[in-house]
Amino acid sequence: MQQEMAYDAQGQPHPVADFHDDYGGAKLGFWVFLMTEAMMFGTLFLLFAIYFYRHTESYVASSGHLDVWLGGTNTVILLVSTYTMGLGTMMLRRGRVRAAVLLVGATTLMALIFLGIKAVEWNMEISRGIYPGSGVLDALDRGEILFFGLYFVMTGLHGLHVIAGVALMSWVLLLIRSGGIRPEHTIAMKNVTLYWDFVHLVWIVLFPLFYMIGV
Amino acid sequence: MPSFYHETHTLFGHLRNPVLQWIFSIDHKRIGLMYMAVMFTLFFMAVGAALTMRAELFAPGAQFLEPQTYNELFTFHGVTMIFLFIVPGIPATLGNFMLPLMLGARDVSFPRLNLLSWWLYILGVILGLSSLVTGQGFADTGWTFYAPYSIRTDAHVLSTLTAAFILGLSSILTGLNFVVTIHRLRAPGMNFFKMPLFIWGLYATAWIQVLATPVVGITLLLVILERTLGVGIFDPTKGGDPVLFEHLFWIYSHPAVYLMILPGFGIVSEVLPAFTRRTIFGYHAIAISSASIAGIGYLVWGHHMFTSGMSDLARIIFSFLTFLVAVPTGVKIFDWVATMYKGSIILSTPMLWILGSIINFTVGGLTGLTLGAIGPDIHLHDTYYVVAHFHYTILGGVIFMFIGGLHYWYPKITGKLYDEGLGRIAFGLAFVGFNTLWFPMFLAGFLGNPRRYFDYLPDFTVYHQISGIGALLIASGLVMIVYTFYRGLRSGREAGPNPWNATTLEWHIPSPPPLENFAKIPYVDFEPYEYDAGEPLVQFDENFRRIR
Repeated sequence: MQQEMAYDAQGQPHPVADFHDDYGGAKLGFWVFLMTEAMMFGTLFLLFAIYFYRHTESYVASSGHLDVWLGGTNTVILLVSTYTMGLGTMMLRRGRVRAAVLLVGATTLMALIFLGIKAVEWNMEISRGIYPGSGVLDALDRGEILFFGLYFVMTGLHGLHVIAGVALMSWVLLLIRSGGIRPEHTIAMKNVTLYWDFVHLVWIVLFPLFYMIGV
Repeated sequence: MPSFYHETHTLFGHLRNPVLQWIFSIDHKRIGLMYMAVMFTLFFMAVGAALTMRAELFAPGAQFLEPQTYNELFTFHGVTMIFLFIVPGIPATLGNFMLPLMLGARDVSFPRLNLLSWWLYILGVILGLSSLVTGQGFADTGWTFYAPYSIRTDAHVLSTLTAAFILGLSSILTGLNFVVTIHRLRAPGMNFFKMPLFIWGLYATAWIQVLATPVVGITLLLVILERTLGVGIFDPTKGGDPVLFEHLFWIYSHPAVYLMILPGFGIVSEVLPAFTRRTIFGYHAIAISSASIAGIGYLVWGHHMFTSGMSDLARIIFSFLTFLVAVPTGVKIFDWVATMYKGSIILSTPMLWILGSIINFTVGGLTGLTLGAIGPDIHLHDTYYVVAHFHYTILGGVIFMFIGGLHYWYPKITGKLYDEGLGRIAFGLAFVGFNTLWFPMFLAGFLGNPRRYFDYLPDFTVYHQISGIGALLIASGLVMIVYTFYRGLRSGREAGPNPWNATTLEWHIPSPPPLENFAKIPYVDFEPYEYDAGEPLVQFDENFRRIR
């Protein structure tokens, strides 16, 4: 397709931007979207901080109930998965499509393992009778109610983002197969990689807040 | 040349059914018109609710409503007007329609996302209104959903909260789309300081939409989780703090006030040059002040909470910051007045609405300063004074600007002219009615009549009755506008591309615009509002080559 031109008063041509296949626009749009995500999680972190300030001792006590090893394993899994995802994009841009597919597949698998471990953890709490609105939890100290309330809300919301990540990565795999993502056209993949980076960054903050303050 | 009414792009290629052609259209102009149709239906429903309340309040004591019904009515009025009408209002309707035209673009950056925003909006509308018919009654919390009442009430708050959350998402996506469009799709040569001022208003608005809405979204989500699961973040019996809800709510909702007004300011800055035939005074100052209002708007939320428990230091700081917003706003008003000074003002209908809005908004803004000062606020908090103040800014300001904009761009959107005589009479009715309706409220509030109450002391009867008469006047003005527009559509004269002799890009293309707006994209190396002896300085030939 030929580049459209606009002509100024001196007759000089100037290229016209178009909304079709606007690489820069797609990238900018995704960064702006990530800002909204950051504002949303930021609000929750703010709530966490305020209640931590008010109920430091019971926060530390409840944090001790969480399994730092399971959480730590999940942290490592997410760190590695970000690496594989980034590597996948790099491979794709170098034209090594098969390697890219394998790396994205590995990332998806790790995301699923993360969700599995998360499910085990939630299950442990729930089987102890600790979940929002439960009699056991409501009988505890107010700081602990708030800690576990925020724990379930924030890890739950993060978990939803991981699930969305799995869906997005499966979509990326489909797009690579159908030619929607090619070595010279990787914007969708780059944006999903950015998204996954963001999801892992949120967890990097969540992990010490919930698991480490009681250690 | 066929206009966008005759042909369109849809999500699924070419569709034959004309209804499907509309609801799946990815053309920004059609999407803007679809928003308009739904929003104004909702607007008139909310006006109906307001008139019912006014009728109930015409005399002290119960007339024909139950107190609970009254609570649901004012919540319905507030939720509909705020979340469904005025927050998305100008950006989604006129913004969607005009932004690409004024930028010299063929569409927004993400046309399909634009359609998704509309669908999410419709989903929000359906969810929000569903509790009207499911039998549990509408929410009775007021549009602010203050915890812990919103956690405890038996009324059907859940669907309204969910609706507000989804509408927030829709608004975020519109804002995102606009930010990217403004950054990427300006016509060659058009730098930020050659953009029309309406675009500056939309740009500042879009950033507020993007950065503030997620905060209220997650806050409402927490209330939803409180009601369904009992999480306890805002529930005092579980250690949660309801004042934190207020903080988070107003961190969004105060900037949202500027989100409502900034595109309105943009419309004023478009209409004034066109009807004074002059370059706008202080273009840069107006552009920058939009951005400053958006920025300062984030820092003033605390003034909603002077009476809900806050340290004196915090109150003083918030009070001071609130005053600070008046500075860029004042800059704008003075620039507008300076634009009109010694201009040959043409008092046609859009100009009348804009002048009316400047007068009303000045009253609303100055009374806002009284409320921003701590001492008076303690006295006036939650009285009719507050109600009058925000109706002066939002109804008398934003909606007057909105209606002015609708008149201004009516020929561009429809290709027809409306009847000027009818338009002016409608304005007269609405302006007189508006002031009759709201000015007595300042007095009633100052004397201590609390807001939101179903009943009042007999001393306040006279104020409420004058208001009631004003309400009828402004309502008849609004009906008359609808009639004017309808008649213009039926039997109006052909408008031609530029009936107002305006200068910005949208007036250089046919009315109504063709499908992809510009056959050739123009090169824009000139200021947006330049006149030479009453005629636009810059003119193009049909291929968008400069001929002047």
